[in-house]
This record gives sequence, C-alpha cells and structure tokens, in this order.
Amino acid sequence: MPSPQIDIHHVAKLSRLALTEEEAAHYQEQLTRILGHIDQLSSHTLDAEPSAHAMPVFDVIRPDETRPGFTQDQALANAPRRAMDQFQIPKVIE
Amino acid sequence: MSLSSSTIATLRRRLAAREISPRDIITDLAGTIETRNGTLGAYLTWDVDKALAEAEKADLSLPLGGIPIGIKDNINVTGQPCTCGSRMLSENYTAPYDAGAITRLRNAGAIPFGRLNMDEFAMGSSTENSALGVTRNPHDLDRIPGGSSGGSAAAVAGNLAVATLGSDTGGSIRQPAALCGCVGIKPTYGRISRFGLVAFASSLDQIGPITRTVEDAALLLNHLCGKDPRDSTSLDVPAPDFTSALGRDIKGLRIGLPKEYFISGIHAGVSASVQAAIKKLEGLGAIPVEISLPHTDVGVSTYYIIAPAEASANLARFDGVRYGHRSAGAGDLMEHYMMSREEGFGPEVKRRILLGTYVLSSGYYDAYYLKAQRARTLIRQDFEKAFEQVDVIVSPTSPTPAHRLGELKDNPLAAYLEDIFTIPVNLAGLPGISIPCGTAEEGGRQLPVGLQIIGKPLDEANILRVADAFEKA
Repeated sequence: MPSPQIDIHHVAKLSRLALTEEEAAHYQEQLTRILGHIDQLSSHTLDAEPSAHAMPVFDVIRPDETRPGFTQDQALANAPRRAMDQFQIPKVIE
Repeated sequence: MSLSSSTIATLRRRLAAREISPRDIITDLAGTIETRNGTLGAYLTWDVDKALAEAEKADLSLPLGGIPIGIKDNINVTGQPCTCGSRMLSENYTAPYDAGAITRLRNAGAIPFGRLNMDEFAMGSSTENSALGVTRNPHDLDRIPGGSSGGSAAAVAGNLAVATLGSDTGGSIRQPAALCGCVGIKPTYGRISRFGLVAFASSLDQIGPITRTVEDAALLLNHLCGKDPRDSTSLDVPAPDFTSALGRDIKGLRIGLPKEYFISGIHAGVSASVQAAIKKLEGLGAIPVEISLPHTDVGVSTYYIIAPAEASANLARFDGVRYGHRSAGAGDLMEHYMMSREEGFGPEVKRRILLGTYVLSSGYYDAYYLKAQRARTLIRQDFEKAFEQVDVIVSPTSPTPAHRLGELKDNPLAAYLEDIFTIPVNLAGLPGISIPCGTAEEGGRQLPVGLQIIGKPLDEANILRVADAFEKA
C-alpha cells in the first residue's frame, strides 16, 4: 500500500473540479486522514477473488430491438443551453 | 387519528369501506405538511394540485389505490423536480420519466406525492449535506434525522407522510429509520429496479420503503419488487407475497449475534435497548447463537473505497451540458466542466469524488480498489458461513442515537465510522430491516433506537417475520 500522499491538484484536475486554494488545502488534509484509516486494509491478508458486486448476475443481454425513446425536444428539455435543436457548449475548435 | 398519521393498512380498509376518499387523504396530508414542514424540513417540494388530480382518478380496486407515497428526491417522477439535495439539479431539472419503482407503485394505484430532503446525492448519514435545507428529527428538533434518506424518515415519524421511499447504499434507509423510530427495509440487491434512481454507487444502491409498521413495509415491497429490463442488475426472480410472512411465530428460529458487533463504543442506551430486544426475541422462542463475522473491521474501509470510486464515475455525467448546473463564467470547454462541477457540487460530494478518483487513478488501483473488491468477497463469505448456522442476524442499526445538528460536521471520518453495522449488508447484497426497539437517553431526551435484522439473499420473508413478531409482542 503506498503511503497516502495525495497530490490534490492532480486529483482535482482528473475529477474536473476547479477547487479554490482553500478547498485544496482542506481536502488534502481530510483525504490524508481518511486514506490513513483506509490503509488498515493493507494489514490484512485478503486472499480472495475480487468481486464487483454481490449477486451472481453476469453478462445480461437483451434483444437488439428498437424501443420507444425521447423525442429531440424531450431530450433537450433540461439542457442549460440549447441552440438549433442541439446542446450548446463552449467553442471547441477555432 | 388523523389520516396522515394512519398506516397504509388502515387507510386501505377505510377507503374500501368508503369512509374516506383518496381526496380526503391528500387534503389532510397537504394541511399537515403546510403546518409542520416549516419546522421539520422533511419535504423540499410538494404539488397538491397534481396529487389531487391523481386522487380524483384513483382506482380503489387496485391494492394501493389512492395511497400517497412520499418520494426521496433522487428517484425520478415524470414532471416533478429531482434535485438529489444538490444545487447541481435544483435550478432547472424536471424529471422526464418515471423510475422503475414509481411505475410499479403507479401500477398498484399509489400516488407519488412530495419530494423528500436528503444528503446531497445520498452521500451522508445526517441529511446535513443537503444543499437545499435542514431536516430535523421529530423526536428532538435540535437533532439530525439520520440520512441520507432523512427527509423520508422524518416525514413518516413526524406524521407528514403515510409511507415513503428511500434509497440505501450503506445504511441510508435503515439508519434514518432507526434514528426517527420508523421501520425501514433495504431489500436484497437487485430486488427493486434502480432504473430512474440517480446513481451513487451502482453495485450497492437499492430502493426501499420507510413505514410506520412492518405490515406496511411488506405491503409496499409486494408492489415494488420484480425484474425490470431497464436495470440489468435487477433479479429475474418472482417476488413472493411478503405479507404471508406476517403473523407467524418465531419458535426455534436461530438468531445470530455477531460477536464483532457487540463491542465497546456502542452508546450504553443503545446497547441496553438491543440487549432487551434480544431477550424479547428469546422470549418469543427464538434461539440466540453467537456467530463471527471476522472481516467486520475492514467493512468501513472497503465501503469508503468502493462507494466513492463508483460515485466518481457515476457523477461524471454532471458536465453542465445535457442537464444540471452550467457555469456562466467559463471560457473554454475544460473550464466549463471544471467550473460547472465546482459550483454545482457541495463539500461532501466533492470529497467523495476526489477520494474515488484518487483510488482509481493510475498507480493506486491495485492498492486500493482491487484490495477493496477482495475484501468485499471476504465480507460476503463471512455472512455465507454465518448463515449456515443461523436464520437471521441481529445487531444495533446505529451505534448511537441521533446526534445534535452540526456535531460531526467537521469530522467526516468519525461520521463514516458510524456506518459500521449497516455497510457490510450492502457490500454483501443482503436484505436488512431496521425496526424501533426502545429508546436511549441523551441530553435529557429519550431518543429512538433501531434493531437491525439481516437476512440471507432474497429471504426478506424471514426478516419481516421476525420484525413483525417483535413489533406485535
């Protein structure tokens, strides 16, 4: 188990969170404490297969059939900004 | 007795006898909410006109015809808000569809009425992490109702709802039910569709009812469970009539007492109430058996790796493009993502996204996430071994009664550790119920204590049977 030395600015960028400096310092301190506790896992021999979930349900497939879905208007209804019946985002290409 | 403090079972009888109408129930509830919600803060919003319109059309031949059910604000109901207690969704989101659980409730005739406060995105155990308001415990207004389904429990306990839906990822139905003196059940993972439940940790989340009685919980479960093709993890198993488990004795039933759960650190009043409850079960003919769940001590650590990891992926969808808060000040696309999320999410959600991103990030995956998944297997195996010896397992639901508002605000780790008895049940995918079992004194007040009863996978019937026998004795 690596020592819990968290590079908060790197993690915030991966998380897509524009933390303030004050928040960054606060979370750095809190997460270090939380990870310090979580590190107790390393003192155990965990000799078992990993499980992603508890129930024995695997590879659920469904028929490849069309189903009713949203109209364009319904899909766009909650968009914070829309233009020309599309989601509007800041300019990506100059 | 007022209609809003009745049970579903009573209302059904009175509706069938034509003593009351569905309209009377909504009118009575709306009046109570108007009067008392300002103090309790259980509901975020409620639409009386819509509910009255549905009440007019209610089909009383259906099993839940005309019964209003309050809904936690992370379960989508067409045309209603679904804020998840977050600024991210409080400004301009209207649910465009019904969750699978809501479809089932409607098919049984029930009326989804009111949106209940919660910890933001269900992250917390006190409802203090809601960005949209404070919810108070009806038993002591200076105390938390528990969480994350705190609004759902406070509404039932405060007679502002007949019954409600909550969701439970690490105890979020059972713990607030315990702290507010209600019945709350988290069914086996996969029993109830998660379609339309805003995802927190997908491998752990499960919807369930909070009610006044075990009978009401069984009635609601009857109409909530079943396969939904829109949730590939929902189980394709028939749901039995859960009410047939009620009114039966528990003679000879073996109840497991995990030695790791009955340790120092539990509030003396909680401990005394739970011990008295075990004696009462013994008096009803149950046989207590000491069992061991050796990996109990790694449960909280395992959960606080797996749940934030899944949350960090699930909450990536809040990008300010398709729905949710969008920052007004962003220049380019990256800034748009980072600012929208920074402004939209509150402190606990950010904390868990950061933690989850960290444990999944390059170089740390094997050390944290993979280890946690191995620990999860061991925790499940602990229960499997225990259930070779016993029929159900009992424990306190929470090690303490309700804290004062603000008491654990600056100590997230201490708050996380309080989930010790509920978390393993989610990690193992088992059904668990919390029922009232007396009180504990704290600060001169008598506060509710919850008894947790844990069952084998899909064996909700036996935990309901024990809970019902206990409640009636």
